Amino acid sequence: MKLHGIKVPHKKNTAGCKPVRIPVPERVVIPMSMHIGKLAKVTVKKGDELKVGQLIGEADGFVSSNIHASVSGVVEKVDEMVASNGSKVPCVIIKSDGKQEMYEGLKAPDVKDFQSFVQAVKESGVVGLGGAGFPSFVKLGVKDLSKVEAVIINAAECEPYITSDTRTMIDKSDFVFKGIDAVRKFMGVKRFIIGVENNKREAIEVMQKSAEKTDDVEVHVMPSIYPQGGEKVLVYNTVKRIIPKGGLPLDVGVIVTNVTTLAFIAEYLETGVPLVEKCLTVDGSAVKEPKNVIAPIGTPIKDLIEGAGGFKSEPAKVLYGGPMMGIAVPSMDEPVLKNTNAVIFMDEKEATPPKTTPCISCGACVSHCPFRLDPREISRAYKLKDAEALEALCVDLCMECGCCSYICPANRPLVQTNKLGKVMLREYLNEKKARQEKENKEKEKKEAKK
Amino acid sequence: MSKLISSVSPHFYGKRTTQTIMLDVIIALLPAAVASVIIFGLRSLLVIAVCIGTCVLSEFLFQKLCKREVTAMDLSAVVTGMLLAFNLPVSIPIWQAVLGSVTAIIVVKQLFGGIGQNFANPAITARIIMMTAFSGSMTTWTMPGNGADAVSSPTPLAAAAKGLKDAMPSYQTLFLGNHGGCLGETCALAIILGGIYLVIRGVITWHTPVVYVATVALMSFICGKDVLYQVLSGGLLLGAVFMATDYATTPNTKWGKVVFGVGCGLITILIRFWGNLPEGVSFSILIMNILTPYISKLTRSKPLVGGAKK
Repeated sequence: MKLHGIKVPHKKNTAGCKPVRIPVPERVVIPMSMHIGKLAKVTVKKGDELKVGQLIGEADGFVSSNIHASVSGVVEKVDEMVASNGSKVPCVIIKSDGKQEMYEGLKAPDVKDFQSFVQAVKESGVVGLGGAGFPSFVKLGVKDLSKVEAVIINAAECEPYITSDTRTMIDKSDFVFKGIDAVRKFMGVKRFIIGVENNKREAIEVMQKSAEKTDDVEVHVMPSIYPQGGEKVLVYNTVKRIIPKGGLPLDVGVIVTNVTTLAFIAEYLETGVPLVEKCLTVDGSAVKEPKNVIAPIGTPIKDLIEGAGGFKSEPAKVLYGGPMMGIAVPSMDEPVLKNTNAVIFMDEKEATPPKTTPCISCGACVSHCPFRLDPREISRAYKLKDAEALEALCVDLCMECGCCSYICPANRPLVQTNKLGKVMLREYLNEKKARQEKENKEKEKKEAKK
Repeated sequence: MSKLISSVSPHFYGKRTTQTIMLDVIIALLPAAVASVIIFGLRSLLVIAVCIGTCVLSEFLFQKLCKREVTAMDLSAVVTGMLLAFNLPVSIPIWQAVLGSVTAIIVVKQLFGGIGQNFANPAITARIIMMTAFSGSMTTWTMPGNGADAVSSPTPLAAAAKGLKDAMPSYQTLFLGNHGGCLGETCALAIILGGIYLVIRGVITWHTPVVYVATVALMSFICGKDVLYQVLSGGLLLGAVFMATDYATTPNTKWGKVVFGVGCGLITILIRFWGNLPEGVSFSILIMNILTPYISKLTRSKPLVGGAKK
């Protein structure tokens, strides 16, 4: 069986661009939520003097993450900002002194065993850098290590434009393999698969050369069919296992980690410098000289454009991430986040969606969905507010990859109705659960009375 | 700085639109249109033009009158017009062609909600209505080369059904289309060319046409009839390539298409060999159109839910 997908324009304009460091921004805005899970707790206050790498937000709860100062300077304000998902999150605004002095307390962590390895990953503040932002220490901190048959390293980078993972593989290949060494040593994993799309020839060569020296690392070259880098798609295409609905890769015996995340962990183990800067692709039709840049986390995205030669035309839409799954930001003051791997500036022509016309029932959305969902039926069920139908159609399986909307000749907003359908189903299931619990309680009460 | 556009992902859009799909179908229909002019003379061009014009105009006027969004320019009405014209004899009175086109667009398509919502193929349904209403002019077949001077001649299928050996054309004549019949159905070569174009362009898949034709061939063989003669004559190829592959009125799934093709093939054979009419393609497709929602439901793709959660 083959998973469906679509051919999207690659636009990997920056694959050959070695990342350049942008000038230190005047101030950075660092939100306490750059990961999936609970907000980090702010540990600094206005007026505090900070150096690069100093802790400013502490992981609070199980799925949370540490956050560090990305510039040296003074805390100007501890404020609240609206995150891209619409929620309000606390943030720390640091005015930079331009010196970028490193914090004296930084030193390579002392890692001896699995526990200390996971602890080190936690302290580094690293989250899934491919875009998901899932705290890495939670993912790697598995309870039963014997369950892990293989680690799949996600280097597919199937989104158009983005080349930051490609650059990791070329520029930091030694760290990728040091990361593999660390996982092998501390987690006892015996099989590694690097999944990469065949449009990255240079990176594939580098990876294959290093993989030859080991006997447990294979480079799995896959056709460039979007969304090859989707977690479930990647797992299926490399080890032919289907992650069950609502499950994790671990349910089929694998862990999936992004290649840049792994390389960063290796770098942290050597230097002790936490996640304070990101290599990201700056591209899009409004950008004069597309580039890969290295920017401190919290840099307002308008400051990135200097490094890429300025604007060719006025940007009409600005994205965190690639054009298929990226988020359109409300303003260019938004900061670079931990999981930002690209910022795409689109001119008006590229940004304007085509007109939506009536559905012609061609079925292209169904025949291109990697998970074989039926977005047309889902949108119908959503409009009818039929949550049971949404459940039967497995709308919660949707990963919002965008194949359906992309392929739709009538340009119907199918991802949007899928998203709304997911919310409707979640609310319905929550209500159902609450109702059942209430009924059960009443039953118990009645029985107790008897 | 002006405000940034905020929209839900994806932010890239495919190039294919309803209009480009319809344009592809029109391109695929062109060889048959050219063949019809060569075979039946310039009047065939007039019939095609009248049908297209009436279809587009009636869609436009209906949508204007009903204050609906006007989609008459998406070329789908042009396709309906061409297909209807292809299903008419060259000698059809113009007013009948006009009436047929209006029926196809307004009664069969728009009254059911317009593009994508109609359950039956407009061109086929209109043809069936016309066959009932104007049975005389709809079954007056002109021999090629005679232009508008209607000299009635049996179609190859009628000839075969009546056992008129002399009136049965050769395979070569059937393949090139130089015999009596509807405008666009006679030239097998042109239709096959169009079909190949549509498959290459990804507008249709091969399943329905191939399964449909294969079923007819197999059943003809079993019934001891001339297989190639049955495949090449009548509206089978036109129906299999252009009408049984209509998006809205046929199943979208691979297995749905296979079932649809088999069903069409069986009904066609039933009508051709045991029915009162010499030809059964139109009825077979219409009947299968009605069954399409059930076929779709039974062959719906199963989401990849995987095994149980551990």
